[in-house]
Amino acid sequence: MSTPDEPLLRLRGVTKTFGAVEALAGVDLDVPGGAVTALAGDNGAGKSTLIKCIAGIYAPDAGEIIWEGSPVRLDGPAAAAALGIQTVYQDLALCDNLDIVQNMFLGRERLRRGQLDDLSMEQAATDTLRDLAVTTVRSVRQHVASLSGGQRQSVAIAKAVLWESKLVIMDEPTAALGVAQTRMVLDLVRTLVDRGHAVLLISHNMTDVFQVADRVAVMRQGRMVDVRPIGEIDQRIVVDLMTTGQSDREVAR
Amino acid sequence: MTDHDTATGRRAATPTPPDGPTATVLAGPTEAVTAREYLALGWRRIKGGETGVLPVVGGLLLVSVIFESLDRHFLTTGNLVNLLVQAAVYALLSMAEVFVLLLGEIDLSVGFVAGVGAVVVAWLVQPQVGWPWWAAVLAALAATAAIGALQGTLITRIGLPSFVVTLAGLLFWNGVMLFVLGNGGSILVQDDVVNGISSSTLPRLAGWVVALAGVVVYGVLTWRRDARRRSSGVAAPPAVLTAAKIGGALVGAVVLVLVANADRGILAPVFGLPVVVLVVLAVLVLWSWLLGRRRFGLYVYAVGGNAEAARRAGIGLARIRTLSFLLCSLTAGIAGVVYASRLRSISTSLDGGTLVLYAVAGAVIGGTSLFGGRGRMLHGVLGGLVIAAIDNGMGLLGFSAAAKYVVTAVVLLVAVTIDAVARRGRTD
Repeated sequence: MSTPDEPLLRLRGVTKTFGAVEALAGVDLDVPGGAVTALAGDNGAGKSTLIKCIAGIYAPDAGEIIWEGSPVRLDGPAAAAALGIQTVYQDLALCDNLDIVQNMFLGRERLRRGQLDDLSMEQAATDTLRDLAVTTVRSVRQHVASLSGGQRQSVAIAKAVLWESKLVIMDEPTAALGVAQTRMVLDLVRTLVDRGHAVLLISHNMTDVFQVADRVAVMRQGRMVDVRPIGEIDQRIVVDLMTTGQSDREVAR
Repeated sequence: MTDHDTATGRRAATPTPPDGPTATVLAGPTEAVTAREYLALGWRRIKGGETGVLPVVGGLLLVSVIFESLDRHFLTTGNLVNLLVQAAVYALLSMAEVFVLLLGEIDLSVGFVAGVGAVVVAWLVQPQVGWPWWAAVLAALAATAAIGALQGTLITRIGLPSFVVTLAGLLFWNGVMLFVLGNGGSILVQDDVVNGISSSTLPRLAGWVVALAGVVVYGVLTWRRDARRRSSGVAAPPAVLTAAKIGGALVGAVVLVLVANADRGILAPVFGLPVVVLVVLAVLVLWSWLLGRRRFGLYVYAVGGNAEAARRAGIGLARIRTLSFLLCSLTAGIAGVVYASRLRSISTSLDGGTLVLYAVAGAVIGGTSLFGGRGRMLHGVLGGLVIAAIDNGMGLLGFSAAAKYVVTAVVLLVAVTIDAVARRGRTD
């Protein structure tokens, strides 16, 4: 069972192949609670495949996923969600034709006498957004289609909080955002961590990574090259690790 | 009358006055909203491209004005009641189509599936078979639901396009009908209750009782829901608007019963609310409730809006899709029973090809998107009414079927154009 120093999620030798392509070749990674772990790597390094294995979308061919000390099998997104793993996808995976409340509760609606309990869901969604200081949305009943990129990202993140997820995986959360909206989303990431959620963040943007991450894990060609606390790594080292798999540099001070 | 425009009530919200540096609508209990602000929010939504039923209601009014100005018989009480009865089959078929259009799919087989339902009910109530009317109707609905389950399973489990599977269904069930009826054959409906669905009317007093009971139930439910919202601090319509909604439903019900209860007979007195109107309204209420208030309905919209997002939310896509095709065919079966009842027989002259085109056209004219995710059952009923009105009005003016097709086609194009133009206002 879980011990105090046991990380929330532990991957051991996770392997995934697509035909002849080995997307993941025995990846090890620990994701501790209450911290942002950034996942860096070039295109095709296997970052997306790795998070899809954690999110239950792909089944690994080999290796172990250990959740709170026990090995688990994730046969589907619902199984991962039931454990408390929520993924905020790059393409956001929101339904444009539904409103904010409906999107936040999608798949876990509250019912009252067999009917949707709109009122209770609307109150809970409103409270969550207010707690996270997401204050730019005009109404929780507006359709997601009418939201800006940053607002959509906030809704997707608030959904993870609402569902009391222990681990929130974010795939390029700031890729399509402007400066102010990026700021808003990164603040939200720190808010999550301060509340004890674990965050696994994929980002190409090194500025973002060094603003919010506590640990940086670097992948290259389907392998985990290195995992370091944020104080023992800098942008040049990350680039070295991403491109060559090693780095002799000292951390720039 | 029922008013299903609860979405307006549920979705709208209002800005509260700023109460600090992080002032927001989400902060604190919402203040009481004036009716004016609430209406302004509704207007903003319309400008944003969510026009709802406005275009089709406008179209219906326009069609009525045109036909009435050309022929003084169009807006007589007798013709209006006739129109409602004529529209029943179209409205039911359009509602059937809404279930699958919401998924971004299409069902081309509804016309002949309705035909199969009509054949089953007509066959079973024959004296030599001797089923009671209710068992025959249930058997017809079970048969059409099974057809829907079969087609839905082929589409979702094997992954065939719905267009092709239901096109095959169109041919197949047409063939089955011809096989059962024989070449040029027909079956008379020999049961008074089944025939009465389309031809019988309620006594005057019963019409009033049913209509007012409907308004009372609608009023109580609406008032309770809005009051519950007002007392919970979420954005809620002000009491005066809730009262206006209920008042509107009352006016609609009174007008309907007054029109239906007027004597429309020429040789002998004919009056009363046709039973088939209540059948259509009952189906409308039931399916609207299923789509608007139940989890299944929400999932239909989610799958139609973004199937991948729905899948990642853990929604079983195959189950939702199969069920939608089942409900589509089941509703087509209801339309088939009404069709057989109206003609008092079912014959090989049933034109399931035209019926399905009218079904799709009705749903789209009513405001349902062909691309999935947008539309309501009410749209099917209103679109069916438009199609019946064109048919009826041009018939009064002595136009041929050819001219009716042309005009219906133009109206369909106008409806799709309105949707496309309105959509540009949307920010998606």
